[in-house]
Amino acid sequence: MNTMAKVEHTEHHGPAAGLTRWLYTTNHKDIGTLYLWFSFAMFLTGGCMALMIRAELFQPGLQLIQPEFFNQMTTMHGLIMVFGAVMPAFVGLANWMLPMMVGAPDMALPRMNNWSFWILPFAFAMMLSTLFMEGGAPNFGWTFYAPLSTTYAPPSVTYFIFAVHMMGISSIMGAINIIATILNMRAPGMTMMKLPLFVWTWLITAFLLIAVMPVLAGVVTMMLMDIHFGTSFFNAAGGGDPVLFQHIFWFFGHPEVYIMILPAFGIVSEIIPTFARKRLFGYSSMVYATSSIAFLSFIVWVHHMFTVGLPLMGELFFMYATMLIAVPTGVKVFNWVATMFRGSMTFETPMLFAIAFVVLFTIGGFSGLMLAIAPADFQYHDTYFVVAHFHYVLVPGAVFAIMAGVYYWLPKWTGHYYPETMGKVHFWCSFIGVNLTFFPMHFIGLAGMPRRIPDYALQFADFNMVASIGAFIFGFSQLIFLVLIIKTIRGGSPATSEVWDEPHGLEWTIPSPAPYHTFSTPPEVK
Amino acid sequence: MPRGVTEISQSVFDLHMIIFWICVAIGVVVFGVMFWSIFHHRQSRGAQAHHFHENTLVEIIWTLVPFAILIAMAIPATATLVKMYDPSDADIDIQVTGYQWKWRYQYLGEDVDFFSNTTTPKEQINNESEKGENYLLEVDNPLVIPAGKKIRFLITSVDVIHSWWVPAFAVKKDAIPGFINESWTNVPEPGIYRGQCTELCGTYHGFMPIVVDVRPQAEYELWLAEMKNIKAQEIASAKQSISMEELMSKGEAVYKTACAACHQINGEGIPNVFPAIKGSSIATGDISQHIDIVLNGKAGSAMQAFREQLSAVDLAAVITYERNAWGNDSGDKVEPAAIDELKMAAKQ
Amino acid sequence: MKPVKSAQQKNRSMVRTLILSCVLMFGFGFALVPLYDVFCRITGLNGKVLNTGPNAPTGSDKNRTIRVQMIAVNNESMPWEFRALSPMVTVYPGESKQAAYLAHNPTSEKMVAQAIPSVSPSEAAQYLHKVNCFCFDRQPLDSLETREMPLLFVIDPELPTYISTITLSYTLFDITSTKAAESDLLSKSAQPNSTGRNTL
Repeated sequence: MNTMAKVEHTEHHGPAAGLTRWLYTTNHKDIGTLYLWFSFAMFLTGGCMALMIRAELFQPGLQLIQPEFFNQMTTMHGLIMVFGAVMPAFVGLANWMLPMMVGAPDMALPRMNNWSFWILPFAFAMMLSTLFMEGGAPNFGWTFYAPLSTTYAPPSVTYFIFAVHMMGISSIMGAINIIATILNMRAPGMTMMKLPLFVWTWLITAFLLIAVMPVLAGVVTMMLMDIHFGTSFFNAAGGGDPVLFQHIFWFFGHPEVYIMILPAFGIVSEIIPTFARKRLFGYSSMVYATSSIAFLSFIVWVHHMFTVGLPLMGELFFMYATMLIAVPTGVKVFNWVATMFRGSMTFETPMLFAIAFVVLFTIGGFSGLMLAIAPADFQYHDTYFVVAHFHYVLVPGAVFAIMAGVYYWLPKWTGHYYPETMGKVHFWCSFIGVNLTFFPMHFIGLAGMPRRIPDYALQFADFNMVASIGAFIFGFSQLIFLVLIIKTIRGGSPATSEVWDEPHGLEWTIPSPAPYHTFSTPPEVK
Repeated sequence: MPRGVTEISQSVFDLHMIIFWICVAIGVVVFGVMFWSIFHHRQSRGAQAHHFHENTLVEIIWTLVPFAILIAMAIPATATLVKMYDPSDADIDIQVTGYQWKWRYQYLGEDVDFFSNTTTPKEQINNESEKGENYLLEVDNPLVIPAGKKIRFLITSVDVIHSWWVPAFAVKKDAIPGFINESWTNVPEPGIYRGQCTELCGTYHGFMPIVVDVRPQAEYELWLAEMKNIKAQEIASAKQSISMEELMSKGEAVYKTACAACHQINGEGIPNVFPAIKGSSIATGDISQHIDIVLNGKAGSAMQAFREQLSAVDLAAVITYERNAWGNDSGDKVEPAAIDELKMAAKQ
Repeated sequence: MKPVKSAQQKNRSMVRTLILSCVLMFGFGFALVPLYDVFCRITGLNGKVLNTGPNAPTGSDKNRTIRVQMIAVNNESMPWEFRALSPMVTVYPGESKQAAYLAHNPTSEKMVAQAIPSVSPSEAAQYLHKVNCFCFDRQPLDSLETREMPLLFVIDPELPTYISTITLSYTLFDITSTKAAESDLLSKSAQPNSTGRNTL
């Protein structure tokens, strides 16, 4: 970071020196950097937990960790990856890029921006501290179904609830900031239908966040009241209903899933046209598809709970609604393919990640479509097939898109090209690792292995071993990424302001590295 | 995915395969076009970028075609789902109750009622001995049902949410405390079918298997009669006195299945989570208090009431064992008859 | 012509709107609780039995009979002996039927229980009218006391014809240590604190 700070010192109104620069900063680029580093740290933390899980599952029998600790690991891994790694990474990218893309000098609410970041480290410190508490960390899965997470929870659940509250507040503030920036701070001439897709998808994501994070806050508040104030929202003894918890949770949970994938769509829609040297095919249909996915996300939540015992009509309605999502998602995939068609393609690291995204995300989409079919879901539900499905959409989906974005914009941020060969090595290691980890999980799931178990029957042994090996390959190849980023920050061949071959967008009109303050006078967009 | 043995599981399997192949076909087309363009339209091959970026007709087509495919998928899916919801009367109703971490089966109207615990030994789990063929998928008392009969399962739970799943029947239903769910099956083929709990239900979620033993009708009836016979014998033997040695050895066996998961084989429990029995004030103190806690459980803790779960003889044996094992040498002996009296008093 | 707002003013009003919508959504989360109950009542989801009281339908339909299965479940660490007196009754739709459960408290302490009803198949829940039920009230039992707990119900003749068996389950929860049970523990008599009151 030092080099970066030095470079920026040459600009007028440069950043303050030392630690206080980061503590007090209201600069969108600084905050973006903080978010990204924080998310990377969380990614590695959650990754270590995943490796612990995979190490235990390498062979049948209990070798390394006991069931109780295993449950804590699955829970913490899920929470950290969702709330600590994927979401902050997208917010980080938004912080860096949105003002530059819409031609604004900064985010609309810079001080709030600082707040929304600095809440996060405290939230996660609180969450991680539960690992060292008496009775252990939360052990009820990231979905924290009542009553396992209320009546039967370890005492640390209260800390977990407050941590979730803090993360929620942080996300909501981030979302408010993003909406205000996009709606109010656009440069003259930047109409809504001229916005880059990354901006569009983030705008829709931010509205989703505003709509559902408060619901999450509501559900954990109800838990808190059930645990400490004697209410019975989810306790049947007092007239409550544990299934109600699942309804409220998934009313938040399903849009949350799209919160983690829509910005990824945006990133990929930026990258593919650049490296195909062709405009994005079907821009307006992309916007409409994203909006309809966001809308549909509110009426499909029950497909997570097909086995709780629903009336026939309920199952049918949610099955049809869920299947409908395949239509706009399909439109997006077709548009990406059509963008590549008859282009003039080159395959730098960001493009490799973007193509892998399209292929692997589509595979995740297919398994999602299969899961939507209610009668078949009775066989898939809560097995490794589900684990395979959501890891396919989240790891080679969201995470690959984030990595693609980082490679794509890294020269713009640091002023240096990253070492291309090293990037490609990182890509291929990750690609092989990811598929080795998650593809066999489809088979294990179809063979009947339930999820969240620390030990399994002998017939699942072979594929579990393959998955564990893959997980270690994927995990350790992220160290390449870390080294590559540090190297690029420290030096490398200087990047031009365009960075790539004639990319579209305002961010490529400013020098690389991007000066500390950009667009103090709004650019004119034709 | 297992094809399964019931009509329902087979139609689910067929449905799964149809959708799978549709997805494969779509995948081949989409990825085919993509890789073809990746191969042919690359700069290194001198491809020039074209400048089209919109085509309303194409976009409408590729919105409508998937829609049509989805409708084609929805039809068989709906048919299967309707078949699953067949409400006609069943031949046998069985209440399935989830406990942390075992299942209880009650044959309604038959006075047959038992618990089904995992029997996989700790040594196998801890890799101290060779793992058996049905590692983690074996139980002491399997659910026995007749072949070719419609069986209705009424599924509920007494603590957290569990889920009862037998893949071969395509039956998976959540067991929710305070609420009752139903599901049914009709298995034409006798055989042994195995499944597991599929909803995270706490520490030993991975260790509550389901085994269903499907027998021909005649054998099922024999089994039912035998179960009733055993129960009658249990009641009779509860009146008799049993030697200390026999109580201790029986008690050790019962302890291993019913108590050791929490209190551990060595009786030391897990600090701060499950209390020790070794040297505890209850196991070395007032005997009636000890009997009370085993029979009636402890409110607000993981300690269940074992009154219904174990027979009088087993209860007497396990309490005797707990009072004399691991240096708790109180010398106390609990007579089955005394426990029986307590149990019967409740039933009057 | 409207005065042009400065960017800051625009931001401020937007923040206000967005925070307001957050608060609304937070409220909506809680509103889902009663909404869900309404939803359950309409669809019978989850077998929740909510219709109570003596407004039962009249006129019985002698053309068919319905089997009503009565199930008793003890929630964990609930040591009471609890069972249906007759596990299976056959009724005509529209006919009032009296049934009973037997409860016994085998412990040395006075305890209070609450029974929670559930019906399967869930579609049938809205057709099962309880005129009177022990589940309407908390049930205190002295040490070693036994009590028959009555239940009077009617099945609506509107019950869809494809349903011929209804399962009615009661899960008994130990609520001795809750606040609501305090008054029951204090009262000396072990009479059920009321009958026929529709409090649930």
